[in-house]
Amino acid sequence: MEKLKLPIKDRKTTSFTNKPWFSAVLPLIVLFVLMSLIKPDTFLTTSNLMNILRQASTYAIMAVGMTFPIITGGIDLSQGSLLAVVAIVAGMIIRDTESILLAVLAGLVIGAVIGFLNGTVIAYLEMPPFIMTLGTMRALRGVALLLTKGSPIDIKLEAYRFMGTQSFLGIPLPAYMFILVAIAGQFILSKTATGRYIFALGSNVEAAKISGVKIVRNRIKAYMISGVCVAIASLLYISRLGSAQPIAGEGYEMEAVAATVIGGTSIVGGEGSAMGSIIGAVVVALIRNAMVLLQISTYWQSIVIGLVIVVSVSIDIIRKRIEARRVG
Amino acid sequence: MGNEDVILRFEHVSKMFPGVKALDDVSFDIRRGEVHVLLGENGAGKSTLIKILTGVYTADEGRILLNGQEIRPTNILESRKLGIGTVFQENSLVPHLTVAENIFLSREIKNSANLIDWKETNAQAQYWIREMGIDIDPRTQVRRLSVAEQQIVEIAKILSQQPSIIILDEPTSALSDNEIDNLFNTVNKLKEEKGITFIYISHRMEEIKYIGDRATVLRDGKFIGQLPNLEEAKLDDIINMIVGRTLEEKFPKRQVEIGDVMFEVEHLTVPKTIYDVSFQVRSGEVVGLSGLVGSGRTSTAKAIIGMLPKEKGVIKLNGKPAVINTPHDAIKIGIGYLPEDRKREGLLLDKPMYENVTLPALHKFKKFGVLSKALEHQTAEEYREKLSIKTPSVERETKFLSGGNQQKVVFSKWLCAQTKVYIFDEPTRGIDVGSKSEIYRIINDLAAQGAAIIVISSELPEILGVCDRIVVMCEGRVTGELSREEATQEKIMKYAIGGAGSYGKVEATH
Repeated sequence: MEKLKLPIKDRKTTSFTNKPWFSAVLPLIVLFVLMSLIKPDTFLTTSNLMNILRQASTYAIMAVGMTFPIITGGIDLSQGSLLAVVAIVAGMIIRDTESILLAVLAGLVIGAVIGFLNGTVIAYLEMPPFIMTLGTMRALRGVALLLTKGSPIDIKLEAYRFMGTQSFLGIPLPAYMFILVAIAGQFILSKTATGRYIFALGSNVEAAKISGVKIVRNRIKAYMISGVCVAIASLLYISRLGSAQPIAGEGYEMEAVAATVIGGTSIVGGEGSAMGSIIGAVVVALIRNAMVLLQISTYWQSIVIGLVIVVSVSIDIIRKRIEARRVG
Repeated sequence: MGNEDVILRFEHVSKMFPGVKALDDVSFDIRRGEVHVLLGENGAGKSTLIKILTGVYTADEGRILLNGQEIRPTNILESRKLGIGTVFQENSLVPHLTVAENIFLSREIKNSANLIDWKETNAQAQYWIREMGIDIDPRTQVRRLSVAEQQIVEIAKILSQQPSIIILDEPTSALSDNEIDNLFNTVNKLKEEKGITFIYISHRMEEIKYIGDRATVLRDGKFIGQLPNLEEAKLDDIINMIVGRTLEEKFPKRQVEIGDVMFEVEHLTVPKTIYDVSFQVRSGEVVGLSGLVGSGRTSTAKAIIGMLPKEKGVIKLNGKPAVINTPHDAIKIGIGYLPEDRKREGLLLDKPMYENVTLPALHKFKKFGVLSKALEHQTAEEYREKLSIKTPSVERETKFLSGGNQQKVVFSKWLCAQTKVYIFDEPTRGIDVGSKSEIYRIINDLAAQGAAIIVISSELPEILGVCDRIVVMCEGRVTGELSREEATQEKIMKYAIGGAGSYGKVEATH
């Protein structure tokens, strides 16, 4: 409709409810308040809350990475297997050389290379991301099993365990790490041209192409960011657990997808935020924690997480419909 | 209004949206068996009226009488049951289903075993297609049909529901002149033989005079008046009623110094699409690329900017050959392409206006590698003012803007990118008269600044009104070139259908 100089103030930038991650905040608050009322003695303790953050850290960092391919309209199913490969290679390097620097570098390089591989095939051959990353998911799991012949690698180097196990100001270091990764991810998405291009190609790839956006390059970047995030998550993961298992991270890619969509990222692309994804990851960790404290069987965890995914995405869809109706 | 046979009557219909009265006390009637044209600029209320009639919206006030009975459809199925069929602007067929499957989608003909009776389905589909005066195998997949054939199938689908009223919303925007002629023949046939009433929405002044019996004009949501005899109405008078002001000239005159050759296309060839296309554009010159739909105009543009792979050919800018493999390369050396389908190729519909405006030249908005939102906003505000884009804020997603305003946003993209060569593909398709003349003004301004401009358009009056020189294409080849002085609609048509190897099935129109 024309003639819109009337008092419809643009609420998009000011209103809290219009943020894409709003739908994740709601379950977060509801869960938190409920648990605080039901189990104040066990839930609302510093050690428990810190435990939630520590557990959330792996998913949160992976979810920040997952946000990028999903915004382009794709997905990265290879995340879980990549986590294992990075964990094993880094674990072997630490076991054999005791060089943390080398382990971290190798891990990051593997993450970037696998991301590059995924992105290149998806962008150049226009292979459906689901298929390509399903392929790398299976292949990398095989690599992880081959490298270890199926047995875990113990990481005994105390200096390496520091990051995953220690705290600063009472808050576990992994929590700082995932917040740092989220800030970096959000910065790329909203403050750099790369981020804008990633949104653009997820929103309308034809229009983006005609506008001069380099489609191939930016698609590859999205998968590389995903790979690097997984590497960071993996390096932190073995630091926290003290061992690298060939079956580590199995199914984590779906947890990351869940966290991402709970956090308001649109699965069809074009919309999303890194901040939303870490909120989504905390929601998932909170549910798991609550189930344990309430001594509900793990079978129920799955059911509840499934429901939360559906409910929070529904909230998001309804929010958009209301907005569309308001504008006319 | 007398005692004419009224089929549909709107009485004091009003509809509010937050901040805007989309329809304000609109009353008029439509007679049985006429082609009634709804006229008005984008945002005048035509779409809202149609949406109320088809149950997408409900009116806040007033009522609609169909054959004297009040109707209040709440969805499109209900309006269909009432005998109101709608052919939407955007094609609503499923590409991978057959013609017959599409026609009977959601109304499948079943046999005694409750399975689909294919024989009967195809036979009935064939019947309705023949009613439209053409012959398509109902078992053809819709995606294999031309746009015009798809449109016919769309109407056949509506027709098979045996409505008493058919709404045609800009049915010709994707059709070439001879296809439009076929459509009009069909409309006339259905009107005369079956007594079907048509509500017709179009922005093309020439054709509404030709097809319409009476017209109702809306402006800013209000009923402005009716034209009882469209055939005799003067074009200027119609335009006056629509815009509420005299458009001094539909095509503003310009005094531009035409300079040296700036842009050259030599022997451009894309396999199976365009062959040996060559032309030049001078600085300050507007060159029209004319021809029927499918003659290779858009393919030429897309080959120039690197969207289609060139087999052969050179693009030169200021005499120097340019290497263009992607649209990115094209923009970098100064060639911008405004696509014909703004929703599919022009805009990020769910992104704010300012992100659309800055996209092709995003590097300009970086400060130390970081995007400056303030700078982006400022630039978007400039274009919003300069092109009078009606939006409450540059933060508003472009999907909420009207067609004309959306198109101005796409223009802003290329103005912001400050390219030297502009290719405008159907720059005024589906937008209102007011916005059209503003777009012609922008084109003139760019020419005055020394840009080289190519305009692709299916509307011959537009090509004649805007261009200094006209290059005509037919079946992928350049078949003629005309200066502004020598060009007429007839001459263009002659070249447009007269290319080598023409099938001779097309007929010149108008």
